[in-house]
This record gives sequence, C-alpha cells and structure tokens, in this order.
Amino acid sequence: MTRYFTKDHEWIDVDGDAATVGITDYAQGQLGDVVFVEVPDAGRQLSQGGDAAVVESVKAASDVYAPVSGTVTEGNAALSDTPDLVNTSPEADGWFFKLTLSNPSELDGLMDEGAYKEFVAGL
Amino acid sequence: MSEANDLPPQTLPLDGWHRARGARMVPFAGYQMPIQYEGIMAEHLWTRENAGLFDVSHMGQLLISGPDVDVELEELLPADVKGLGIDKMRYSLLLNEQGGILDDLMLTRQADGFYMVVNGATKYDDIGHMREHLPDEITLNHLEESALLALQGPKAGEVLARIQPEVARLYFMEAGAFDLDGVPAWVSRSGYTGEDGFEISIAAEHGERIASLLCDQPEVKPIGLGARDSLRLEAGLPLYGHDLDEETTPITADLGFALSKRRREEGGFPGADRILLEREQGPVLKRVGLIVEGRQPVREGAAVVDADGNEVGKVTSGGFSPSLERPIAMAYVPAGSAVPGTRVRLNQRAKIFEAEVTAMPFVPHRYHRKGAAK
Repeated sequence: MTRYFTKDHEWIDVDGDAATVGITDYAQGQLGDVVFVEVPDAGRQLSQGGDAAVVESVKAASDVYAPVSGTVTEGNAALSDTPDLVNTSPEADGWFFKLTLSNPSELDGLMDEGAYKEFVAGL
Repeated sequence: MSEANDLPPQTLPLDGWHRARGARMVPFAGYQMPIQYEGIMAEHLWTRENAGLFDVSHMGQLLISGPDVDVELEELLPADVKGLGIDKMRYSLLLNEQGGILDDLMLTRQADGFYMVVNGATKYDDIGHMREHLPDEITLNHLEESALLALQGPKAGEVLARIQPEVARLYFMEAGAFDLDGVPAWVSRSGYTGEDGFEISIAAEHGERIASLLCDQPEVKPIGLGARDSLRLEAGLPLYGHDLDEETTPITADLGFALSKRRREEGGFPGADRILLEREQGPVLKRVGLIVEGRQPVREGAAVVDADGNEVGKVTSGGFSPSLERPIAMAYVPAGSAVPGTRVRLNQRAKIFEAEVTAMPFVPHRYHRKGAAK
C-alpha cells in the first residue's frame, strides 16, 4: 500500500485500484475542532479536484476535494456521530471515504510523504 | 469574521505576549489578533466553567467631556444619558438620521465626563461622526495608548478580588477606578460572554504584566477571538457588522431595551420618528435566535426561505454551540415568524435546513446583578 498527499492536505492510501482518502494531521490542526462531516455516498462518481466532502469546524466550513477520479465504495459512517475522529485520528480512524480509481495515472501528480512534509514546512 | 481594512493589519500592545503563549494570529478589525490558543471548543468551555482572559485592545476607548456633555450625547444616542449615575454604565447605539445603527457601544459616566467603548472596526468612523455632530466645546479623547482586557467567567469575581479586593463591590454594569498590583485601572463589571466578569482598561505599557498576572491565577487561561464569538452567540449578543449595520434599526434588531423610557416619551434622538413608529406598529423583520436541526452549522449569509423557496430573511451569525453541542444561529426573519417555536427553513449552499425560532440567550446569562439571589 502506498500513501500519497495533495496540496489541499488530503492523504490517499492506494492498494491496487482501491483507495482510502482522508485529511492530514496538518489540515485538522488548521481547521480546529471538527463538529460536522459530510461524506459522499457509495456509488457517487468523483472527478479529480472536484468537491467530495464537507468538513466543518467551530470556526468555518471547508470543502474536501477528490484527490483522484473514481467511484465511491464507502463513506465513513462513524464520522456522522463522532466527527471529532478527524481531530483525534486524522490519518487512520478519521478517514473520509473509499473509492475505486478510474484513472490511476492521476496518482503520478501527487506527493509522497517526504515531499508533503517539505510542502507543509514551507507554508 | 472581520471588516477587512485596506491597510495591512497593525499590531496591538500584547502581540508578542499572545504569540509567546502559542496563539494563532489572524487579521481582524485592522489588527493582528489571537483567534485561538489551544482550541476554540476547549477555550469556550473553560470560560463557561472557570475564567478566560480576552485581549480586546482593538476596541475604541474614548473619553468625552465638556459643558452639558450628557445633553449633547443624547443628540446622538437613544439612551437616558442625563439620568446615568456616576460609575454606572449603559448599553447604547450610535444612530444615523434614519435610525440605522452606526455602532453599538458601552457608555459609563465618570466624575468628569463619559467613558465610551466602541467596536474596533468602526471606531474611526464613530469618532468622525461624533466629532462632526458634537459641539467644538466637547472634548473627544481617543485612548490609543490604552489596552483593554476582559476577564470573563464564573470565577472572574474571585480571581480579580484576589488581586484587588475592592472590585467585589461592583455589580453588573458598574465601574470604577482601582489599583491592580500598582497599576491604575478603570474596571467595569461587564462583558460579552453572558458570564460574570470585568473589562479592565490600563495603560498599554502595563498590558503584558497585568495579563500575565491574571493568567498566573489557576482559574484563568487566555482565550481567543474564536471562542469570544461562540460565547457571545450563545449569550444572544449581536456583533456589529454582522447582526447589526446601518440598515438595521434598534427595533428590527430587537434592541428596544436600549431606548430608555424617557427618551421614548420625549423623542429627539436620531431617527426617532421612524424608530418610534416601528416600535408601535412592529417591524417588518426582526432579529431572532434559531436552533438548527442536525449537526451541521448554518452560518452568516445563509438565506431564510419561505415554503416556495423565496428568500424572506437572512442568517447573520451562526455556528456550533460548544455548550449546547448543536448548531445555533441569529437571523432576521419576517416579524410574523419571530415568535419562539415557529419553524423556519434555511438555505445554505443549495441545501435546506430546518430550524426553530427560540428565545435568546441560548445559554442563560449569569451576571452579578445587584439584588439578585446568588
């Protein structure tokens, strides 16, 4: 399994054509206390860079974009009752949705962990 | 959240103090201000249970004095300024000729004039307006070298009394001059959270030391602007530039209490004809509190819609209430829908939300009122 990152602070774990998407620890720190998450339903088609989910903190609402194109296979139902999983476990239990990749070559444009760390350090 | 000024944000006297304590700084009302330290939720709940220290030095502090200054101020405000006793304070509104709200403010009578605290984003406009309308004999002194700290929360009273026992004599909406650890301070028992607490005006040069002295008390933590906003929303207190503006009147804004009885009877304040007529006949729109169904916050800018989806009002403040653990909002709705219990529909980014009009405050005020049972 390989983990990629986007400049919009999403992570994506890829295993063959199956992937899991969430937001990074840096992103949750910037958002602050998460009070609501809206994840996409299974079957929804996502295109790279398009709206995929909504995350709201006490402070503000933010869109989460699809890091790659594909079809959603599952939204994380746990986030509706415990949205603060995004704060406490952003890169594990606080995942947003799983999808089947439709264009794996899109992964080539994403960052690996080292590159993402460098990107965040420069912010 | 802020009325963006065109100029780059300025720094306030406690800028370095906030940064040293881990604050995340953001531009607000033309200044770099701390939005949060450890997190809005934790800071909010800490203030409701203990005491929080807020730096509100961006606000405008003014001293107004001169011959018949109370009579002159009544030309600009609908408050009974003449009847305000020494060291007593009153909430009031700076009104334009049409009765629109230019700003909301706190006014305190001192022995030799008035101390006024106005909003940071509007202070220069307020000064211009007052300078234009007050006679030349009236002196307007902008205390630009003063810091303003707010200590708020159920433990604020015991904390400040530890530093200066004499402040215990103050009740809600009273003020006076006190010595705080050798620093001359003007202390008001007032605030913007719905809790008991104080607002403390001191020379900017002493700001960091007094802030540190207060935060050294185990009950006190520094609190950012984020929690200040969620606390005031729960307390049902409007925020100028969001819930109030020049298009809203005291009646529409449900701030009729700011029209003192004598002034209502005598008139003679800006926009009196319109405001008194509106008070008698009822406004078209009215500011109300809303409890929003579900968990998703509905924020400023969302529309209040009728059954056909037509916009009939707007949400002016909204967010997640840390104390109630659900979304709440303030909105202007048609007067016929302003009765608590009325169901209203909101449209935010093409999504419909159900909400119910509710009496404010959302969280009961706990002021230290004179004569009130403890």
